[in-house]
Parts: sequence; C-alpha cells; structure tokens
Amino acid sequence: MLFSSFFKTLIGKEVTVELKNDLQLNGVLKSVDQFLNIKLDSIQVADIERYPHMMAVKNCFIRGSVVRYIHLPPEHVDKQLLQDATRKEATGGDKN
Amino acid sequence: MAAVPMPSTISATAALIDELDKKLICVLRDGRKLIGYLRSVDQFANLVLQDTVERYYVGNEYGDVPVGIYIIRGENVALLGEMDASADQSRFLKQVDAETILRKHAELPDADKRRTQGGDEYADMS
Repeated sequence: MLFSSFFKTLIGKEVTVELKNDLQLNGVLKSVDQFLNIKLDSIQVADIERYPHMMAVKNCFIRGSVVRYIHLPPEHVDKQLLQDATRKEATGGDKN
Repeated sequence: MAAVPMPSTISATAALIDELDKKLICVLRDGRKLIGYLRSVDQFANLVLQDTVERYYVGNEYGDVPVGIYIIRGENVALLGEMDASADQSRFLKQVDAETILRKHAELPDADKRRTQGGDEYADMS
C-alpha cells in the first residue's frame, strides 16, 4: 500500500518506466494500482527503431509484474515523507 | 447528479475498464504482438481480444495474421497500448500479406525470430 500511495503522489508527473524486456517508456503517470500496474499518457519510446509496433501507441497500460525500474524526477520525491511513512508502515504492520 | 470520479487506485480492473472496446496492441512477455478489440478484463489483467491479429515484423516490412478471439492469461501480458488510428505505420514500414510475412519470418535464423518479434523475452521472474 505504501508504494502505490507514493506513486499516487506522482500522478501527472513525467516518469520513465523500464520493463524487464529492456523497453523504456517515458510518459505522464496517469494511474497506478495496488499491483503497481501503471498507465502512462503521451509516451515516448527510447530507441523506437527497435520497437516499431510502439509507433502508433500514445497511451498504454503496463502490468506491474513486468516493471524493472521506474525512473523518477528527484525534485518530486519527498524523502523525509517517504522515510516517515516507511517507519510508520513497518511498526504498524508488525503490531497487527 | 454529477458522475462520481472513479478512484485511480482501486485495482487493475478499474484502469483497464477504460480500455474496453478499444483497439489495443498487446505485447506479450514472449515478444508477440497481438492487436485486437478488448472485450473483457479481470483483476489479473486476463484479457479477451476480438478480431485479433498477430503482427510480425521482418526487416522494414510487417504483416498481420488473423487469429480470431483470444483469451490471454494476464501473467503473459507485458503491455497494452492504445492503437492510435491516425498513426501511420506505413510511413516507415511496408505492409505485406499474412502468407508473405509468415514465410519471411520462417526464413529467419532462430535467434532473429525472437529478436524481430521485438519482445526480447527475458527470464521468467514471476
């Protein structure tokens, strides 16, 4: 829940999603869910000559299980908030 | 009454429901590209595609092989892309008929078969 909440704060921002098959997609984060499935708008494909099938695609849904990395703009990440939320989640979870 | 905005983080079903009846390209983990109309989804991102074609790329040519209705198990799905009707692939690539592209694809050496499918399948990490 923590990471999906974290990514919710990045909706509307530009991110780069790197898939396990090495495809890299830059786009605006439109939605994220509990499985960290991602929807991106206005995508740009790195090295698009390798991926001709992506030429016609402007928006996409990426299954969370195939994501390797999500590259974020550091200015949009509140590290202190993240750390606090992590500590809270760690203790809150163990108490259950 | 105004429509209630759907929360964006309930489940994959919510996100994929917006894509119903759209023409989508489904890129599988093994590199295959399936293009069809999305008729059904569930929480695992299992899909039903109608009027599906499997698109093969060889060199600067591509071809579509009609395969009908597919039910795709969600674990095999890498990406679903909305196919923009206005985007013109023939600017760069030449479309050929199914028989031709299948023949050209069969003539490829095995390593290139996987590579030109474009998926560059990776070790199963589920």
